[in-house]
Formats: sequence, structure tokens, C-alpha cells
Amino acid sequence: MTTLTVPARPEQDASLRPVPWRRMAWVTWRQHRLALAGVAALFGVAALFLLVTGLRMHHAYAAVAACHPAGRGICQQLADNFLSNYAPGVGPVLGLLQVIPALAGAFVATPVLARELETGTFRYAWTQAFGRARWAVAKLAPLAVAVTIAAGAFSPLVSWYVQPLWGAGDNNGPLYPTIFDLRGVAFAAWMLAGFAIGALAGVLIRRVIPAMFATILSWAGLAFVTGAFLRQHYAAPLTSTNPNVNIHGWWLISQQWTRHGQPASLSMINQTLHAIDTQAVTPGQFQPGPAASASIDPVNYLVQHGYALLTTYQPASRFWPFQWIEGSWLLALSLLFLAATVWLVRRRAA
Amino acid sequence: MNVVEASGLGKRYGGTWALRECALAIPAGHVAALVGPNGAGKTTLLNLAVGLAAPTTGTVTVLGGRPAGSPAALDGIAFVAQNTPLYKNLSTADMLHLTRNLNRRFDQGYARSRLADLGIPLKQKAGKMSGGQQAQLALTLALARRPRLLVLDEPMAMLDPLARHDFMATVMTAVADDGVSVLLSSHVLAELERVADYLILMSRGRVQVAGEVDGLLARHRVLTGPAADAGRHAERLSVVHARHGGAQAHLLVRTSGATDPVPPGWEAHPVSLEELTLAYLREPGAGALPGPARARYAEPTEVTK
Repeated sequence: MTTLTVPARPEQDASLRPVPWRRMAWVTWRQHRLALAGVAALFGVAALFLLVTGLRMHHAYAAVAACHPAGRGICQQLADNFLSNYAPGVGPVLGLLQVIPALAGAFVATPVLARELETGTFRYAWTQAFGRARWAVAKLAPLAVAVTIAAGAFSPLVSWYVQPLWGAGDNNGPLYPTIFDLRGVAFAAWMLAGFAIGALAGVLIRRVIPAMFATILSWAGLAFVTGAFLRQHYAAPLTSTNPNVNIHGWWLISQQWTRHGQPASLSMINQTLHAIDTQAVTPGQFQPGPAASASIDPVNYLVQHGYALLTTYQPASRFWPFQWIEGSWLLALSLLFLAATVWLVRRRAA
Repeated sequence: MNVVEASGLGKRYGGTWALRECALAIPAGHVAALVGPNGAGKTTLLNLAVGLAAPTTGTVTVLGGRPAGSPAALDGIAFVAQNTPLYKNLSTADMLHLTRNLNRRFDQGYARSRLADLGIPLKQKAGKMSGGQQAQLALTLALARRPRLLVLDEPMAMLDPLARHDFMATVMTAVADDGVSVLLSSHVLAELERVADYLILMSRGRVQVAGEVDGLLARHRVLTGPAADAGRHAERLSVVHARHGGAQAHLLVRTSGATDPVPPGWEAHPVSLEELTLAYLREPGAGALPGPARARYAEPTEVTK
């Protein structure tokens, strides 16, 4: 009458074979398929949007690219028009894409442990023969791989999407903070980092909603610190003292006027520029007054008066080295967080 | 073989000891009841035995020396936690499949026929079931693993009397059919009297008394006599709990057997399990009294190799 799925052995030795890993595949899929579907839907909507708006942008860019000779007269006018039409819309899109890893971490990874701990079902899951540490690995590893691969597959679309802007002469190069971590290996690495942060927050905080907030905030903090402070030190920045330097495609770290080797503040520059009725808004941007003469270039004027323009930058050619550096340390950090999560599951007292 | 064996077992949460100096050896083949007031350390002891918590001091092994929480231990123990946590969004069929995938053994036929008998549809989600159905589902999942030790933490706390009866009937059928050992914690004394044949009384994080119910009942009796004499006799007797009703005093005492002399003018009565349990629960210090009581009444807890 009764059928055993596995033959029962009344006398088990101490070295009995563990439950095979593959049995957890169904468990992980059944319990997290909604979250995975959510990620797929998020990427699907984002991809559709990039595709539709990207095709329109590529279509418009085709006219710019076909214009000869490029960079002169009517062609320059065409490129500038293209940029002013399309560049402002791209920024918010990239900003929204930046949030995806944080959301994936919060909605896919955080509940894996936080929900079990919050509802008490860990008392069921962790007392089955599979074993709790293996259970945690068998849940976290496939989900982490899934979201990372999804991000890795998505990022080439972003590269394709922004390509016309660079072709038309947009100044923000590939290292620029709003685009760097959406391309190459960095986007997948940030996705994995979001997942690992989510898993760790879940086991530490033990409640779903607070752990989700903690995940999003921690991820955002890490991403901000990396973009604003850390990334520019992956390699020593280059400097240029050429006042008419073409910064196209560079990641501009800083631009600073100096005089006699000392930094010159904007107010100092403005005192000098007062004579030609021009104001410096930033070190590289000038606002001519009503009495300003169009024939006097403020940059040359400042150079003639003993100033030098010091530009610190990371060249676009460092994109891939920087990608691998960021990808590597994020991978290491993620593996550390995931290992800590499994260790805490092993240790965590009921 | 002992299904649970502990020595020097202690568990501290923060600064408070939930359990300390616990020595215990529950032989196989019993329905062992773990009884004590709230906060006595029952759940802590069970969590240690099933490997959910790690001991602060001492050791606990199960099923003949397997370290609690080890793969070999998890394989032979099925645990139903307090309030029977189940995945609320999963159907009964999903819960069966889940449990089957997480274990080396799972008796699908048993589980399905039990659920059919209980009238629990396979498509029903756990979150939509009554408390009694949830408890029965959790118990069925546990028993379908064909464990050698079934551990139940307050299994009947949320159930109405009918559901309690049905729940214990399922447990006792498994005991009779498969010889599964059971360790359950409860404070529903009336239910235990019918089913438990091994008793562990706990209070304030310590084990007061542990032993087979028959042996414990034989070693205790109630003496009834004039209240005026009670104080004088109590000095010589090993009194667990004294109750005064008007001119009469009722002393629940430990004896070395039925041959112990009864003081003149007093009557001796056998004690019921409920009386015995209540007496110890009212006297949290009783088990820890100095003297031979602990060694004598903890007799079955000797380690049998």
C-alpha cells in the first residue's frame, strides 16, 4: 500500500549519503520563481524600452553619420541638433537602469532567508535531512547565477543604446559614472553584489521589509562611494596642462586653474576676467558679459596673464582595465558576503 | 539506544540561561512528554535536540550517539515546531513534493492516504487551512519521512479539543505501527496522561524529574492525615508538595516502595500522573533538592551504551 520513493534502510550508518543537490533545484524554482519572473519582467520592459527608443535614436543618428565632411558646418549643426534632441532623455533612462541591481537584490535575495526567519518556516526547512548549510547554498547559488547572467545579457543592449550619442560627439565618455557600471562586466558584477548584500541583510535583519530597505540603501551607498571616490583611483589619473585640451571621451576628474604653481580660485580668475567683462561659471565654462569682445578667448586671455589650466582625467582607453578591476573586487566582495550568509545560517541559533 | 541523550547541556541567550546543567537520557520506544511552565526551557531543549540551536555548554546526541543537527541526526528525526510553520502560499501537493525533495526517504503513499483520510485536498493552500488541518499536514509531512524519533513542540497549543484528539490519534497510530519514538512538549496535562509513558518535568531551565511514568508513579504517593501532625512527619519524609485542606493535610512524598511504613493515623494513596505533575510544577525547587532524590528518580537517565 505504501510506496517509498527511496528504499528505507532501518539501520543507517553514520556515513550515509546526503540528499542529492539536484533535488533542491525544484525547491528553489518553486519558491523563487515569482521573484525570478519579476526580474525577467523588469529586464524585459527595460529591454523593450531601450530597443524602441534606441531604434528611433539610431535612425536619427544615421543622418548625422552620413553627413560629410563630419564635424564641419552643416554636419556639426546636424550633430549638435541630434545631441540636444536625444542626450537629455538618455540621462534619466540610465539613472533608472542603475536601480535594477538594488531592486533585484531586495526582491530576489533578501526574502530567501528573511522570509524563512520572519515566518518561522526555517524551523521546517532547516530540520529536513538536506541540511541547512547545503540548503542555503542550493538556494543562493542558482539565484545568484541567474540574476548575474540576466544582467550580463542585458548590458550589451545598453552599449548599443548609447552608441549614437558618442558618435555624435557627446562629451561623456565610457568611464563616466552614469554609464560605466551599466556596461561590460560591471553591470553583472553590480547585480551580483546587490544579490549578495540582499542575502546577507536577510539573514542579519531577519525581517523582509526592513532587510529590503537595508539592501537598497547599502547597495546605493556602495555604488555612490565607488563612483564618486573609489573608481578614479584604480589607476593614477593623467594630467594635462594644455589649456585648449580636447576632453572628448575622457572621464574628467577635475579641472583647475593654477598660477605660479598655486591653485587659483574662481574668484581670482574672475578678478582677472573682469577686465574683459567675462565670468567663469566653472573652470572650463565662461559667461561673457554685455561688454565682452567676441574676439578675445577667455582661456587664452587667462594663459596670457600667467594662469595655467591643469586637467586631471582618466582616458577612455582605460575602460576595459577599469571594468576588470571593478568586476574582480565586486566578485570577491559578493563571494565573501554569500559565504558569510551561509556561515550565519550554519551558526544562527533558533 | 537512547533517542536523546544530554550531559551538562546548557544554552544561554544573551545574559539569561534558558537551559542549564541538563542531564537526560530518553530511551527509545517511548512517548516522552516534556512538561513545564512557560519559560521552563522546553522549546530550548527541543531546539537543541533537533539541531536548530547550538549548545552553550555540554553536549546533546540523538538516536544512539549522533550529534544533534548532524546529517545522520537530521535524517532520523522529524520535527514539528510550535505553531506548525508551513509555507502559506504553497499547496498541500507542493508541500509534499517539497518535503520529498528535502529528504532521503519520503513515503508518498502514506502521506496521500493520510491526507485523504483527513479530507485535506491536495490543491488547498496551507494558508487557507484551519489550525487543525495545518497541524495535521505538518504532522503527516513529518511522519511520511519515516523518522525514528518524532519531536513535537507544543503540538496542541492552537488546537480545539476535537483536533487535539485527532492529532494525538495520528501520533499514536504511528507509534503502534512503526514503533517511532516521540518526544513532545506540552502543558495540556489531560492529553498527556493517556499517551505519555515517559515524563520529563522542567522548571526554570532545569530538569526536575525524568523517568518512566509507571516508575515515577510507583515511587510517589499521597499521605493524608491530621494537619497538626504534618510538620512533624514532613521532617522525616521526602515531601514534594504539601496541601492543607482544613484539618487534613495531603503530603505528596517520595517513597522507596509500597513497603515504606505509613505514620500511625495516616492513610496512603497512589498518586495520579496529573497530581504528580502539578505537585512538581508548584514546587520548582523540588527536583533540585539535595539528597538522593535526584539520583534515585533520575534512574532511567543512566547512560546506556
